[in-house]
Amino acid sequence: MNEFMERQVKLTWHEPKASYDVVIVGGGGHGLSTAYHLATRHGITNVAVLERKYIGGGNSGRNTTVIRANYGIPEAVRFYQRSVELYQRLEEETGRWIMHERKGLLWLAHTEAGVRAERARARVNTAFGAETLFVTPGEIKEIAPEVDLTGGGQWPVLGGSYHPQGATARHDRVNWALAEGAMERGVHIHQRTAVTDLLKEGDRVTGVMTDKGPIHAGAVVSAVGGHVTALGRMAGLRLPIRTHPLQAFVTNHYALDFHPIVASMSLLFYASQTARGEMLIGAEIDPQPSYSYRSGHHFLQSCAFRAMTLLPFLRRLRILRQWTGVCDMSPDYSPIMGKTGVENFYITTGWGTWGFKAIPAGGEQMAELIATGETPELIAPFALDRFARDRTLADRGSAGTH
Amino acid sequence: MSLIIPCPHCGARPVQEFVYGEIPVVPDDLTDPDARDVDRAFMRANPEGPTVERWFHAYGCRRWLTLERDTHNDEIFSAE
Repeated sequence: MNEFMERQVKLTWHEPKASYDVVIVGGGGHGLSTAYHLATRHGITNVAVLERKYIGGGNSGRNTTVIRANYGIPEAVRFYQRSVELYQRLEEETGRWIMHERKGLLWLAHTEAGVRAERARARVNTAFGAETLFVTPGEIKEIAPEVDLTGGGQWPVLGGSYHPQGATARHDRVNWALAEGAMERGVHIHQRTAVTDLLKEGDRVTGVMTDKGPIHAGAVVSAVGGHVTALGRMAGLRLPIRTHPLQAFVTNHYALDFHPIVASMSLLFYASQTARGEMLIGAEIDPQPSYSYRSGHHFLQSCAFRAMTLLPFLRRLRILRQWTGVCDMSPDYSPIMGKTGVENFYITTGWGTWGFKAIPAGGEQMAELIATGETPELIAPFALDRFARDRTLADRGSAGTH
Repeated sequence: MSLIIPCPHCGARPVQEFVYGEIPVVPDDLTDPDARDVDRAFMRANPEGPTVERWFHAYGCRRWLTLERDTHNDEIFSAE
């Protein structure tokens, strides 16, 4: 698929109806993907997606577009590998060019402990279906000759893991492809429609109150990013979520081809090249919980310094623009998906800094849960009640951002 | 934005010098002791608006301070 095969995106807008079978709150990647999979996999098209601003305007349009499955625990590897495979088929399936490009992802280790962690990652990934290889400094130099193996003299590269299926895609196009696919089949998407409360009968959720009036629903799905705590409170739930800002930036055009995605476990940054040739660089979340979208100079300075340590060619580039998203961080750095204990109210949250790569699988599994009423085996470990059951899925080292 | 915290002992310092400490508030209507433990360990109020929080000045005076901050726009009202 390419730009010569493109046609105009066809989005048809409707007036809100009084009731739907399913109402999805949040018109980001996960909300749109859930609607898309409900329509395509289960024939459920009496669905509305409610978006406070415009579709894909939250973190779905603010992330750094990395798609990978090299996680550290079996449950996560299986889930994200499913997502990686769905992404590889998404262009064919939707007929939309999402600019999916397989790049290969390098995770560099700078300490003996880091090398052990990457060896373990390669083993776990291989055992549970994701292809990841342990690589020596010599092999790293072959994959990414731009990397300074001495790490500026301070952060020598001792080894790493290489994930050949690591990829990127254009985030807006993913949102539009899913929105169009859902709309074609009759799903309604309502932009600038904010949910102000949930309609309840006893312990059962029966719909949502919006600033345009009440909408009744057989099932309500929260696919909210950032403000999920407020929506959870409306349902009477306390959520293990803290909202932190995450910043990223792009440089001006780099004239040469920089193919892989490079990340460093110790220096906490990751870099890839966009289709426009810009170098896209992101790092860790801000330390303070906040809903503020303001970017700052301190982040640019420290992140650029760390990135230049390993990729010295970056020092010749200039920063073009920066932006901020707000991330729902869960205590164990794994997402939360599934039933909530409140009848008819489903949740997909805790997408912290790893939400974009999970859009197809997250939507597919949530759609199956809503259509069948049974939690699919793939996402059962990610249920909200895992915290009370002492079954947390700690995988901080795989978030790449902390 | 990089948050600047006005430490009462050291003056205005960037947030990177501090360690965040949430004040966990378990709702009173939660009475089951196990449920209270789970809530205290994992659940977050995560307010959007003015909130009171604790910060430890790890790379400064190494004292705890109490900060009143609006999480909507990072405006700081008081630090002591």
